[in-house]
Amino acid sequence: MQATTEQLLWMYEKMVEIREYEETMAKVYLEAKLPPKIQKGLAFDIGAGPVPGEMHLAAGQEPVAVGVCAHLRRDDTVVGAHRPHHFAIAKDVDLNAMTAEMYGKATGLGRGKGGHMHLFDPAVKFSCSGIVGAGAPQACGAALAARKLGTDAVAIAFFGEGAANQGAFHEALNLAALWKLPVVFVVEDNKYGISVEKSASTAIASNADRAVAYGMPGVLVEKNDAVAVFEAAGEAVARARRGEGPTLIEVKTDRYYGHFQGDPETYRPKGEAKALRQHDPIPALGALLRSRDLLDDESDAALRTRVSARVQAAYDFGRNSPYPEPQDALLHVFAD
Amino acid sequence: MSTTTTTRRLTMAQAISEATAQEMARDPRVFVMGEDVGKYGGIFSATTGLLEQFGPERVMDTPISETGFMGAALGAAAEGLRPISELMFVDFFGVCFDQIYNHIAKNHYMSGGACKYPLVITTGIGGGYNDAAQHSQCLYSIFAHVPGLKVVVPSNAYDAKGLMTTAIRDDNPVIFLYHKGIMGLSWMSYFEGSTNEVPEAQYTIPFGEACVVREGSDVTIVTLSQMVQKSMLAADQLATEGISAEILDLRTLVPLDRAAVLASVAKTGRLLVADEDYLSYGLSGEIAALVAENLDTLRLKAPVRRLAVPDVPIPFSHPLEQFAIPQVDNIVASVRGLMTFKLD
Ligand SMILES: Cc1ncc(C[n+]2csc(CCOP(=O)(O)OP(=O)(O)O)c2C)c(N)n1
Ligand SMILES: [Mg+2]
Repeated sequence: MQATTEQLLWMYEKMVEIREYEETMAKVYLEAKLPPKIQKGLAFDIGAGPVPGEMHLAAGQEPVAVGVCAHLRRDDTVVGAHRPHHFAIAKDVDLNAMTAEMYGKATGLGRGKGGHMHLFDPAVKFSCSGIVGAGAPQACGAALAARKLGTDAVAIAFFGEGAANQGAFHEALNLAALWKLPVVFVVEDNKYGISVEKSASTAIASNADRAVAYGMPGVLVEKNDAVAVFEAAGEAVARARRGEGPTLIEVKTDRYYGHFQGDPETYRPKGEAKALRQHDPIPALGALLRSRDLLDDESDAALRTRVSARVQAAYDFGRNSPYPEPQDALLHVFAD
Repeated sequence: MSTTTTTRRLTMAQAISEATAQEMARDPRVFVMGEDVGKYGGIFSATTGLLEQFGPERVMDTPISETGFMGAALGAAAEGLRPISELMFVDFFGVCFDQIYNHIAKNHYMSGGACKYPLVITTGIGGGYNDAAQHSQCLYSIFAHVPGLKVVVPSNAYDAKGLMTTAIRDDNPVIFLYHKGIMGLSWMSYFEGSTNEVPEAQYTIPFGEACVVREGSDVTIVTLSQMVQKSMLAADQLATEGISAEILDLRTLVPLDRAAVLASVAKTGRLLVADEDYLSYGLSGEIAALVAENLDTLRLKAPVRRLAVPDVPIPFSHPLEQFAIPQVDNIVASVRGLMTFKLD
């Protein structure tokens, strides 16, 4: 499946947006978390600053999100995991409300209840979870619902290679194949589950090889490249939409930051992250666009200005929104 | 403890690692497994230094497969090994609770005592740093509710070391829950009262012995874990108002030192339970019921009061989380409230 000009430009712009979003968050997150303004003796205070709590950034992993979401409609479901920003942005989650959520503001997607690992935007059918492996069965449910409701919507479960060792992953694969569900499982192999390398956690080299055991196609995308992901996902999504059942895709991708912001990364070879940035997928797609005369300095600059305006507006919105009232903690345990 | 023993100030995380290391050195059957317990040294530093000292055969990084390695802990324990299996956050028990409550907790009983499962599950609990509903719970009451699990919830480094040593030597499954906000981590603000003098030598603290961490005469605060440290700060403040609070640190929920609770309440006549778990159907209700069952001998000067998470998931946003999790000010206000009653 060949990407159209429009799709290529969309992927490029989204990747630029995701990157700027994550790089901005990397800085905002550190505000007020470092000495000397924190408890004496601490090197870092996770609970301080305008965006407290854990923060898992997805810079470097943009191709997975855009290559898959380029095929999706608003009524397709995406279930992400604890590192969700790139998927959310590629699925057109409301950027302002998503950012306000991470600031814990009343205007956030979850009115400040969820935070960055728990983003819910029913308007575009996006959700995610901080529990590793939890999303795969949930995507099966969305796919099952699509079929029962008679639509041709599909569901995507995105998760890391670490999650592929959870029982939930294996149960979901069997369910999906057994029931021939319109679902695509997308594994992001960024080499690590926190500090544990894939080679130390997974008995075989590629999760794509596991697909055969469940009776579905397995595809390995060996390059952290938006077009390569686009092509693999195009087949899988089309197959799901035709009612022919699930596909498992694994993409080899790169994590530029630590597992979470503030991770000392002592388990990672020095300079690894820097070396990975030599193969940055954004300039790579930019070069492809230029080679086809779809991008030049001027249009690139215009695109970046546009993206910056969106991203910075979202951060301003988050920062300037009001906090919820403390007693609002009591609301929303049950639906009315 | 002999007075000649060398002591050092340790964080609770250091105390737990030290207890584990010393017991691993003493007993070759002990080994550790869990996510990021090796190279990383445990996300909450409960296994720091162990890999370097004992190597990857005895300190095993696992895949993210909680059902797998909790079940494996049971299987290895049945064969006479003494596994310590770390569940990174207690919240993740949902993934593997079948192994824990249907098997680890019950197999000894169902075997009529024939089989033994000497294993320890260590796990991080608690909120206060905006990690939201899936990473901030305490949940010790759920484990205590299930018959067959011993439940340990230390409040400071000294207790943590002695209780951890006891836990590893116990022939029963023990769940050892450490609050992240008293581990003394370099990346999370914590209550400094949890870092204290810890003897270098091994020692044990028996299960089922609560500790009066502060004596008082007007009111008993029954509590545990990080809430002990909050209660100490509250008691300081109350003292300036002329209110004398006694603080009872339960230290273990199973077994529970009922006698200590009753003795303290008999002395003060007032009870506040300060808990970071959910309010309903949990620890605070258990303690209140214990007192209610003994009203034939106890004389209360005020009704029992409970402070706990008001039956909502832990919210992310700072003001919401501060509201949901009881704070020092809430303890102070609750005690003041208790002092206004005149039952007699
Ligand atoms: C059930 C469960 N176990 C453990 C964790 C802790 N944890 C959070 S992220 C993570 C690593 C996940 O690795 P992977 O799936 O490869 O995703 P990545 O972080 O690389 O994006 C772990 C172990 C969790 N959140 N949930
Ligand atoms: Mg990974």
